[in-house]
Amino acid sequence: MNEQKNMSLGQELVTLLKTNIRDYMMYIALVVIMAFFSWRTNGGFISARNISNLINQAGYVAILAIGMTIILIIKHIDLSVGYVAGFCGAVAAILMTQHGVNEWLTILIVLILGALIGLYQGTLVTRVGVPAFVATLAGQFMFRGLLSLSLESTGTIIVPNKGFNALSNGFIPDLPFGTDLHMLTLIIGVVLVVAMIYSQLKERRNKQKYNFQVSSNAVFIIKMVAFAAIIMIIMYTLADYSGIPWTAVIVGVVLFAYNYVLNQTRLGRYVYGIGGNDQAAELSGINVKRVTLYAFISVSTLAALAGVLFTSRLQSATPQAGLGFELDAIASSYIGGVAVSGGIGRVTNTIIGSLVIMSLTNGMNLMGVGISYQYIVKGIIFIIAVAFDIRTRKSVR
Amino acid sequence: MSDYILEMRNIVKEFPGVRALDNVNFRVQRGEIHCLVGENGAGKSTLMKVLSGVYPHGTYEGDIVYNGEVMNFKSIADSEAKEIAIIYQELALIPELSLYENIYYGHEIVKGHKIDWNETIVRAKEMLDKVRLNADPSMKVKELGVGNQQLVEIAKALSKNVKLLILDEPTAALNEDDSQNLLQLIRELKESGVTCIMISHKLREITAIADTITVLRDGATICSIDCHEYEVTEAEIIKHMVGREMDNIYPPRAEHEFGDIAFELKDWTVVDPAKDGREILHHVNINVRKGEIVGLQGLMGAGRTELALSVFGNTAGYKITSGEMYMDGKQVHFKSARSAIDGGLAYVSEDRKGNGLILIQDIKYNITIANLQALMSGTSVNKNEEIMQANYYKDSINIKAPSVEQLVGNLSGGNQQKVQVAKWMFVKPNVLILDEPTRGIDVGAKFEIYTLMNRLVEEGMSIIMISSELPEVLGMSDRLYVMSEGTITGELTAEEATEERVMAMAIKGGAQDE
Repeated sequence: MNEQKNMSLGQELVTLLKTNIRDYMMYIALVVIMAFFSWRTNGGFISARNISNLINQAGYVAILAIGMTIILIIKHIDLSVGYVAGFCGAVAAILMTQHGVNEWLTILIVLILGALIGLYQGTLVTRVGVPAFVATLAGQFMFRGLLSLSLESTGTIIVPNKGFNALSNGFIPDLPFGTDLHMLTLIIGVVLVVAMIYSQLKERRNKQKYNFQVSSNAVFIIKMVAFAAIIMIIMYTLADYSGIPWTAVIVGVVLFAYNYVLNQTRLGRYVYGIGGNDQAAELSGINVKRVTLYAFISVSTLAALAGVLFTSRLQSATPQAGLGFELDAIASSYIGGVAVSGGIGRVTNTIIGSLVIMSLTNGMNLMGVGISYQYIVKGIIFIIAVAFDIRTRKSVR
Repeated sequence: MSDYILEMRNIVKEFPGVRALDNVNFRVQRGEIHCLVGENGAGKSTLMKVLSGVYPHGTYEGDIVYNGEVMNFKSIADSEAKEIAIIYQELALIPELSLYENIYYGHEIVKGHKIDWNETIVRAKEMLDKVRLNADPSMKVKELGVGNQQLVEIAKALSKNVKLLILDEPTAALNEDDSQNLLQLIRELKESGVTCIMISHKLREITAIADTITVLRDGATICSIDCHEYEVTEAEIIKHMVGREMDNIYPPRAEHEFGDIAFELKDWTVVDPAKDGREILHHVNINVRKGEIVGLQGLMGAGRTELALSVFGNTAGYKITSGEMYMDGKQVHFKSARSAIDGGLAYVSEDRKGNGLILIQDIKYNITIANLQALMSGTSVNKNEEIMQANYYKDSINIKAPSVEQLVGNLSGGNQQKVQVAKWMFVKPNVLILDEPTRGIDVGAKFEIYTLMNRLVEEGMSIIMISSELPEVLGMSDRLYVMSEGTITGELTAEEATEERVMAMAIKGGAQDE
């Protein structure tokens, strides 16, 4: 510990880089992918308009991936999320158009529906003992059927509700004295930066109070400036167009909540423990079945939310909704560094993973790359990420 | 005059941040039994992995000279081609396959492109005869006990025509009888010309069987002792291993009075639905007083671990058909590990890697996981407090690691065991069940665990110690129960207990059954 104190700034940065190589590679990969598409599209990819668009498109994948990350950490899988999202989106459309339920009550009902689906699949896994792969594969069949059944008589349902459609197409309102730039977005950016610096400072103080080693002042300042710059650049880009999309707000809130639960609470500890060694977790007094059940309820509830976002994005419910969503969610988690053997993973990194996946989709669409090639490219990036992950992660005896 | 089958010269093996082997020299004579001893982390297993090609040529420095030639093993297959076989502590058999399939797994007997199963069965039977295992080659491995599985492993090695056999703690999981059998078999193999390297912590076995003993400490060769020159004592080996004299293997315990009965089982009968509803525990009556260490001795399969698991929240899903459990005189019903923990009971698993620790997590995580409620501030876990607590236990019981952020999977067996104990100390239970607390850990670490046990009972805790090692049970227990075939066959005070009496009780039930 004392050695670290005497390190030069350069040495400290190198050490930092070495210990976090896995995370940094992911950020670098994202930047490289974004730079590549910006170059190929003459800046079209990085334009304020397209970035806003990208966020609106990526929202439902990010939400699905957050739920999937927890499922993968505890060494299960959920193959049904795609059609659960599709089915829940269809139910939302039906409630609003055929039963005249208002959009907010609709969303609540659909989320409860998602939770019940999760309860059903989680019960199969934890109480009946059906492997998650099988239980959710069966779910994939069933919810696909339910989706097409529910739209059988009407075909695609157009959703007229403005509030609902704003979720994935709208932006937060601006202050009344609007300028060219979206002022509220910039203000939120500043608030986020201040909040981040405040919480980081507090954590640092707290550590110093306990006499723990903290990074040197120089490194801390570099880190803070870098993070602040990233936040402000993104916020400025968004302010230059129409401001923060509602999707970003929703994803942000879900991400914040899940990150808090996983990193700060007992439940989060239990999730990692179960993924690391479920038998040891059981003997440590953790109710493995209950935590597993919660994870399934959470993933299906988030799938329902993703269904709402997707339906809102298309402003309609279609029988094709949900096709292949689970693949994007699983790929996002793994690209985001969830260990294939379970027990390791972070939802914040999963978001980066889903940005990688959605940047690929969006960028290749802009470039006019055919869908067949898109799948192949995504597959290659996916396998490179996982292979790199396995090679860099030191095996534990 | 000496004919060396193997010479390892100036072997250096480095891992990030650690020099595991530092210029080790190791020579084995043809046809001898060579015991390799040393504390955990001394480098024994690493040395054997270098030899067998697990760490391929190029990842270490130095030379391996085998039969006079320098070897550059790239993989285990390379070393096996030279008739070197290694049998690990964790057996590498496939439980669902038959004995003959296992014995020839990886080097099947083929005729044309097809496996010749008839020939395989005949030859497997020969190999089983050689290891004196009287079993049907077509039975499944999982139907055998650990001791016999060990024999199957050796049969497998023999089927490869092995000339140099490496055994990594072969008797660690075996009871006294099986151990004696195995040692006898190793002697017979020696007669038939097989050279054996045996890693072991059981010094009594080593002094009984070894021709040469090499001691490693901190990644360096300390000495090689020729056992034919003079009578080697356990004390001498220990001295070389730890670098100091150890007068007493069992630390003395301060005289203290026992309190009231802290834990009691009455008429405890348990059925295992997974084993066709067989009764695995019959009318067990035991008790422990406050401040007492009670030993629970018995052969492998006597039902000791099953007893512990059925008591500790019954996580294995047994059916408890009769009986009552009391903590401090009050009847309790533990329906989960959590309720047992909350009720003041803790269980240190015999299988620290399998169900005791979470290897991919760090020391602080493992120490605190069973008692996170003690670290809560609001809804979140206080991570600074967590580090403080973990550091306290790390220093207090001397867990050797650079920091509490070290992954548990990277610790030596003894230190892993200490993490397990620290985890339950942090829970502060009234009654602690220790299941094989010193399995596979070295003399120095054993002494530390014993000292820790003394400290805990002096503070008023009650300990039930399950162990297969007779000397340990006799050395540490204030009182002991002997179990056989799920029945308590005897109760002895420390004064009454002798190895002979305990063994007689331990095999008593076994004779009647089946």
